[in-house]
Amino acid sequence: MELKTASIQGVKLNYYYICKRKLWLFAKGISMEHNSDRVLSGKVIHENSYPRMKKREVLIDGLVKLDIVDGDYIREVKISSKMSKADRMQLLYYLYYLKEKGVEKKGLINYVKERRVEEIELTEDDELEIEKAVKGIEQVLQLKSPPEVINARICKKCAYYLFCYVEEED
Amino acid sequence: MNRDYYIFSNGRLKRKDNTIYFIDSGNNKRALPVEQVDKIHFFGEVDFNSNLLSYLPRFGVMLNVYNYYGYYSGTYYPRKKNVSGFLVVNQAVYYNDYNKRIALARSFVESSIYHILRNLRRHKEVTEEIIDKIEKEKANITKANKIAELMGVEGRVRKWYYRGFNCILREEFILKGRNRRPPRDPVNALISFGNSLMYTAVLGEMYKTQLDPTISFLHEPSTKRFSLSLDIAEIFKPLIIDAVIFKLINNRVIKEEDFDIEEEICFLNEEGKKKFIEEYETKMATTIKHRKLKRKTSYKMFIRLECYKLIKHFIGDEVYKPLKAWW
Repeated sequence: MELKTASIQGVKLNYYYICKRKLWLFAKGISMEHNSDRVLSGKVIHENSYPRMKKREVLIDGLVKLDIVDGDYIREVKISSKMSKADRMQLLYYLYYLKEKGVEKKGLINYVKERRVEEIELTEDDELEIEKAVKGIEQVLQLKSPPEVINARICKKCAYYLFCYVEEED
Repeated sequence: MNRDYYIFSNGRLKRKDNTIYFIDSGNNKRALPVEQVDKIHFFGEVDFNSNLLSYLPRFGVMLNVYNYYGYYSGTYYPRKKNVSGFLVVNQAVYYNDYNKRIALARSFVESSIYHILRNLRRHKEVTEEIIDKIEKEKANITKANKIAELMGVEGRVRKWYYRGFNCILREEFILKGRNRRPPRDPVNALISFGNSLMYTAVLGEMYKTQLDPTISFLHEPSTKRFSLSLDIAEIFKPLIIDAVIFKLINNRVIKEEDFDIEEEICFLNEEGKKKFIEEYETKMATTIKHRKLKRKTSYKMFIRLECYKLIKHFIGDEVYKPLKAWW
């Protein structure tokens, strides 16, 4: 079966919903995640959650990295539910991607620290939204320079904060 | 923040299981917390094994080696994980277009001179005349339309500036002019040693970004040095190193006995280097509340921020304005 969507990494879908500037920078290799304590803490949580699950960190086509595959479900581990829309879309994209490959699954998002699990199923509306988002991502990545800073509350915790906001006054 | 470690003793650095140890010649063993190490600087003679060298990159640790005189010899640095071909191509475009290149070169000189004047103004009762000369010379930055002319401006400013050192420093420490390779008097030895540290500090911060350290603007990209590191160091030498030197001398921390002179070569001895590094590390860790970021920002972080601003310039996001210390 041929894929309808362009092949993109799942994290790009996540960033698309959080900040288009972050998406652009990340896609151009200008990443900041390596010097963020928050990202490190996420990594530790990933590595230490669900140690008994056998299929952890499954990488498909070098693009889609599933945290956990557990029977009919794929699970995504997140620190907090603050970015729930972006996290949901990322997982939905994985479901979509698998579906195009002929594998139908359901999804679970595990908010580890909140001890909460959310179940997700891919609907037709979701599929349309994902297709739209993938097109949107391609448009962002075609820009010659990065989209503007979004000046949002979430910026303060972002690994790109210093990068985006550093500036000299005269 | 990850720390820098300085090792003066001779010995061996090795990995045993997942810990790294330094074992000195007297067989004293000391563990280094690898996850909290940024760079390790070696001033003595140290053996390494490949087991260690293949382990360190996981933590992004850099090893800097200095020779007997405290001169920088080289760096062992981890395989670069965060690369951006896109950025490198754009950085090169700014080198290749002479107008773009000189605009950046001007920024570096401008900021350097700004910080030089800032140092002199703190002693303005005795440096007034020199400040005047430098102010006049400064006007030539915008007129210069060749890199060589810009280097000329910089050279003349430095000449005046170093004359100013004699007004600022306690009288036992006289600078008769800059000499290097080898330095012949204590002040030159301090400047040389400080510049070595500055170079590795800038390189260390730049390494945490995607900038390519070989594509530079004021200094000619060379095959011997990471010349972008030299460009950025121009900004920070007066701001960090010279401030350290003034403090060490004028507060009588560094004394004549902290230098060894052998056949006209003057260099800091071990005690002297330790004093310098202590003051330098204190300075690097000092924080200023950044007026834009509204966060406590260390001098060390200011170096990284300079890298970020350059990246933003190269990707067409925001025009680079060099740091001009406002505090």
